[in-house]
Amino acid sequence: MIQFQRERQVLRITGELTIYHAAEAKAYLAGELATDPDLEVDLAEVEELDTAGAQLLLWLKREGKARGVAIPFLHHSPAVLDVLDQLNLAGHFGDTILISPTS
Amino acid sequence: MDMDTVKQTFIVECRELLAAMEEALLTMEEQAEPAEAINAIFRAVHTIKGSAGLFGLDAIVRFAHTVESVMDRVRGGKVQMTPELISLFLECHDHLAPMVGGILGDAPEPADSVAEGERLMAALVPFLEGAMVTHEVVAVRPQVTAREESGRDHWHLSVRFSPLVLQNGMDPLSFVRYLRTLGRMVHMHALLERLPAGDAYDPEVCYLGLEMDLDTQADRKTLEDVFEFVQDDSRIRLIPPYAKVEDYLKLIKDLPEEERHLGEVLVAGGCITARDLEEALLTQKSEDAGRMLGTILVQDQAVPPPVVAAALEKQKKFQDRVAGELKVVKVAAEKLDKLVNLVGELVIAGASAHALAAHSPDRRMLEATETLGKLVEEIRDNALSLRMVQIGETFNRFRRIVRDVSRELGKDIELEIQGADTELDKTIVEKIADPLMHIVRNSIDHGIESAEVRRARGKPETGSLSMNAFHDSGSIVIEVADDGGGLDRQKILAKAVERGLVPAGAVLSDAEISDLIFAPGFSTAASVSNLSGRGVGMDVVRRNIDELRGSVEVESYEGSGTTMRIRLPLTLAIIDGFRVEMDGTCYVIPLDMVIECLDLGPFLESEENHLVNLRGEVLPFLRLREVFGSRGPLPAKERVVVVQFGDIRAGIVVDKLLGEFQTVIKPLGELFRNLRGVGGSTILGSGEVALILDVPQLVNLATRRGRNHAALAQKA
Repeated sequence: MIQFQRERQVLRITGELTIYHAAEAKAYLAGELATDPDLEVDLAEVEELDTAGAQLLLWLKREGKARGVAIPFLHHSPAVLDVLDQLNLAGHFGDTILISPTS
Repeated sequence: MDMDTVKQTFIVECRELLAAMEEALLTMEEQAEPAEAINAIFRAVHTIKGSAGLFGLDAIVRFAHTVESVMDRVRGGKVQMTPELISLFLECHDHLAPMVGGILGDAPEPADSVAEGERLMAALVPFLEGAMVTHEVVAVRPQVTAREESGRDHWHLSVRFSPLVLQNGMDPLSFVRYLRTLGRMVHMHALLERLPAGDAYDPEVCYLGLEMDLDTQADRKTLEDVFEFVQDDSRIRLIPPYAKVEDYLKLIKDLPEEERHLGEVLVAGGCITARDLEEALLTQKSEDAGRMLGTILVQDQAVPPPVVAAALEKQKKFQDRVAGELKVVKVAAEKLDKLVNLVGELVIAGASAHALAAHSPDRRMLEATETLGKLVEEIRDNALSLRMVQIGETFNRFRRIVRDVSRELGKDIELEIQGADTELDKTIVEKIADPLMHIVRNSIDHGIESAEVRRARGKPETGSLSMNAFHDSGSIVIEVADDGGGLDRQKILAKAVERGLVPAGAVLSDAEISDLIFAPGFSTAASVSNLSGRGVGMDVVRRNIDELRGSVEVESYEGSGTTMRIRLPLTLAIIDGFRVEMDGTCYVIPLDMVIECLDLGPFLESEENHLVNLRGEVLPFLRLREVFGSRGPLPAKERVVVVQFGDIRAGIVVDKLLGEFQTVIKPLGELFRNLRGVGGSTILGSGEVALILDVPQLVNLATRRGRNHAALAQKA
């Protein structure tokens, strides 16, 4: 299950950002990029992230850059943080990560 | 290929290995630096295990593996080699030997053997405590050292996942998570440069690559197994830490020197896995330029260059050794026997040709046969030397016997071996083993005293037994000497009288009394131990040695030891003979024993006492015609052939001296076994049969008679 919800600049991803929904997510994100690449992505509700998901996020970041916009990721959920930590990807994303007290 | 033949080879090889193992075990106690011996044992067991594996001999593999594992710990200094452990290993050796020998038949291993195997393995297990009994050939031993984190002291893992990994339901993340459980992830770098931009990006394809530094004790295999399910199309490189490089170098050095390819050496050393090797070989095949395997491994697989170098060195060492081994060719004993027989026939035929040529008016004929004769002689010597083996191997067997027997009797005995490289005929070596065994056991049992007695007598508590072999005037002498109590002559004499071997009140010389121990049915053992005194006495020893045309004598000093001296002919087959004639019949005396020839007349000292005076030395003599009861007419001039056997010289009086002659010894039939003074027969060039004189017997006869005749004879 994955859901996308866009309120102006903020794009909220909810659910499982994994291989199972990667194609669907890419299609959606590609569409959003085409209409308005000026995005902020809220990851607070991402319950699961796998390699495919991480690749997708990185792709998104790079696509924004190619279009001259930074796409900041916000509110990393514990699942996201874990992956960033495991693969040491924080540098690739370049976001300020706020470590929430709960994680 | 005939499986039985291969198995036969395996058995022969294993026997050699087992012999090496036994020898190493036995010599280990005496060595200050037993590393060499330990390695030898390890290698032996390791090789047996490996070879047995090829035949699917699981029982042997299993057993050998346990032994090897303990041995490995000994080698690593984790287990101390104690006398108890040596004994245990010896038992293992004893267990392995019949196991190996039994592989030819299809019969399953007998139950008691299985039980023995289980018992031994159970006994070995305590020595393995703390070590896992793995079924790896060589497991990389974890190195527990707190190393600095500088440099590359950890595994470097470089992984490029297959694009299909994700679609196949696997997530690289899970591997990372698992790796983190194996050790500390020192460094992690994800490579996502391959991730394409725009529409080229396929969200279901994996673009991930990882470069990781992992601080772990896990070995290469464990790490590789992590990626087992993705390895087919992912590219995975495992680079060992420097510490491991040292381990690898050491492991490669310790590998048994067998024929291996470079890759095999590296795999056995644990530096690369079989899969790495396969891959590198494929790469090598696919490349036109054809880089060397070592180069590929270094460049592509990041095997550290020193490791490859060490492996290459190892490979070379083996090749060198093979080159050395080729200098020795193994030949079936049967073939040798056949050759020697043929050479024997050749000698006879040559002599026959020579005899004919001698009567031929054509001098060139004679010359040709002379040349032929010389060549035949050389061939004969060479053929015979092929049969010569060193006695050392036989001697070495006694290390074990001395060790076992002395333990059983609670005596501490050291065996010293000398002249192990003395050569003698293979047949003789085989036949002398039993008599020697008996003598050695006797020495240990009756000769060397118990520690208390030795202490009381002011001797070192450790008894000493020495075995010595050397060549002496055409015969080989084997001595077994102990520093025990010596023969108790009074006891021997009393016993002999009691047994009716000598009449009561007889006066015998020391030598004669000592000689009584060889009399049939003589044994002074007060208590019959299970070692000696089993009814097989020294008389059997003497008989066995007599059958070899040898002799045995005993030299004993009361209180300080006994020496048994066996004298044997060098060979059984062909000798240089000296032909003599008596009453128209030809006889042959072994040339090695002939000292000189003279006319009887001028040298006769005493006809009545049968003595000749050889430049001041008085020797007993014996007329051959008397020995054989010949009644032919006496010749005008009698000749004396002076012969020597051991230290004793005597003269044999004959009618005519005919000269040297190569003699092929043919045994006498059963009927003539007891014929006095004759040791064998031979065929002359003329086709006649000639008898070979038994010099030891004749010398004996002459001296005994001389002694009976006059005390004068004992002048020497």
